[in-house]
Amino acid sequence: MPLENIPLRDRFKLGLQAPICMTWELTYACNLACIHCLSSSGRRDPRELSTDEAKAVIDEMAALKIFYVNIGGGEPLIRSDFFELVDYAVAKGVGVKFSTNGTRLDADKAARLAGSDYIDIQISLDGADAATNDAIRGPGSYETALRAMDNLKAANFGPFKISVVMTRQNIPQIAQFEEIAHRYGAQLRLTRLRPSGRGVDTWDDLHPTTEQQRELYRWLFDRPHVLTGDSFFHLSALGDPLEGLNLCGAGRVVCLIDPVGDVYACPFVIHEDFLAGNVRDEGGFTKVWRESDLFLSLREPSSAGACASCGSYDACQGGCMAAKFFTGIPLDGPDPECVFGHGEEAIKKVAIALRPGPSVDHSARTPVALAARQ
Amino acid sequence: MSRSTERQVGEFDPSRQWRLDPQVALRDEEFGALAYHYGTRRLVFLKSRDLVEIVRKLATAPSATDAVAAVVSGEQQATYEAALSRLAISEIISAA
Amino acid sequence: MSEGTTKVAPAVEATNDDALSTDELLVEEVSIDGMCGVY
Repeated sequence: MPLENIPLRDRFKLGLQAPICMTWELTYACNLACIHCLSSSGRRDPRELSTDEAKAVIDEMAALKIFYVNIGGGEPLIRSDFFELVDYAVAKGVGVKFSTNGTRLDADKAARLAGSDYIDIQISLDGADAATNDAIRGPGSYETALRAMDNLKAANFGPFKISVVMTRQNIPQIAQFEEIAHRYGAQLRLTRLRPSGRGVDTWDDLHPTTEQQRELYRWLFDRPHVLTGDSFFHLSALGDPLEGLNLCGAGRVVCLIDPVGDVYACPFVIHEDFLAGNVRDEGGFTKVWRESDLFLSLREPSSAGACASCGSYDACQGGCMAAKFFTGIPLDGPDPECVFGHGEEAIKKVAIALRPGPSVDHSARTPVALAARQ
Repeated sequence: MSRSTERQVGEFDPSRQWRLDPQVALRDEEFGALAYHYGTRRLVFLKSRDLVEIVRKLATAPSATDAVAAVVSGEQQATYEAALSRLAISEIISAA
Repeated sequence: MSEGTTKVAPAVEATNDDALSTDELLVEEVSIDGMCGVY
């Protein structure tokens, strides 16, 4: 068979037998009410998958040979069957990486989790001090996160990840985040804020400035060991590409299963326009992944659209679909944070009132006070 | 995430028997396969179905060279042996 | 894009002038913390 140098990225664009970064939000319930929450979490949805239904999803993942699943929410540890499901997944050969605000990660749980080689943990932190963090995540949330990290360290869990959503307010603390990660022997992960979920309303106030983006690009470029979830690929137009595939994987290499079994193209587009199907439908998740109209259309080759005349399109691929959608920019238009400013121009053409809002909102009706636990 | 991969050339001995590492899962894809190592958390793409076939034959072939020869011929053999060497460095395959 | 393994010489000299040696056409490491996974 002749060898062809087709870039991996081009192959991935056409879709895979199974997702690679499969995200599964186990519950919309959450003890926090972060102002940028991509899933607008807070209240449990009464139609949540049952334990048996969740196990059936895990069975499908095993059959599809999905290597690992990224579990989140809401706050996944709030589900009373969380450990049962994690153990079930690992027993079936599906690794588990889960994200938590740390609220239930006490010493016992940390010890229990430390016992498995197939479980990875990510703690969310959005400020290097309580003031900055809690302004986004709520009073006491900084302390909760650090306490969880202390518990993981004491239990000899090994390297866990600290994941930060970069905002205008916390980019100046970037060196301190590095210091915190170093202190805990943790991997630092910096990810991009998208105008998704509750972020629809807070993005204008939180998203980085143009100069901050440039600063962030340089900082990341100098530190290839810092993880990014491949979320800053729109910055790759600034120079040599950052680490990663540098493309939008929605419906192609990633997707989301939400707490009620709905399958979306990615966790940042929990919106009916990007709903591919439901795991409770006949054929389950497998059929949705392989045959849904939405995913098949996302796997069609797409044109550069309005970005065709820009020499950097190859580097940035037009940026993030979710960011465009929720700021009202056409999907073949520029990213709202296009490093050359084309996105700012595009946004001005869309009245804020015409921006799509979240079609799924599980926010708590009243603000939730973070109860001290342990 | 990146581990040092600076090993000596020649650590891959194709005259020995090799096998898919027991900690690796291999999933067929249209252009080849994805290989995921549960220990290192590395993900590697095998970008040719011939290579995937070779990897699947490794455990039952007396040597890596034999496994390669069973699937490709001539000038390609050196290339595929070099590819196996890369897989060994990534710990996707290990000595049997 | 490919991580880690490009510093090691292949077991056999590449005989063509392509930017990638041919064995690099066959094996590529993929960054898994990525593709916009949330976690």
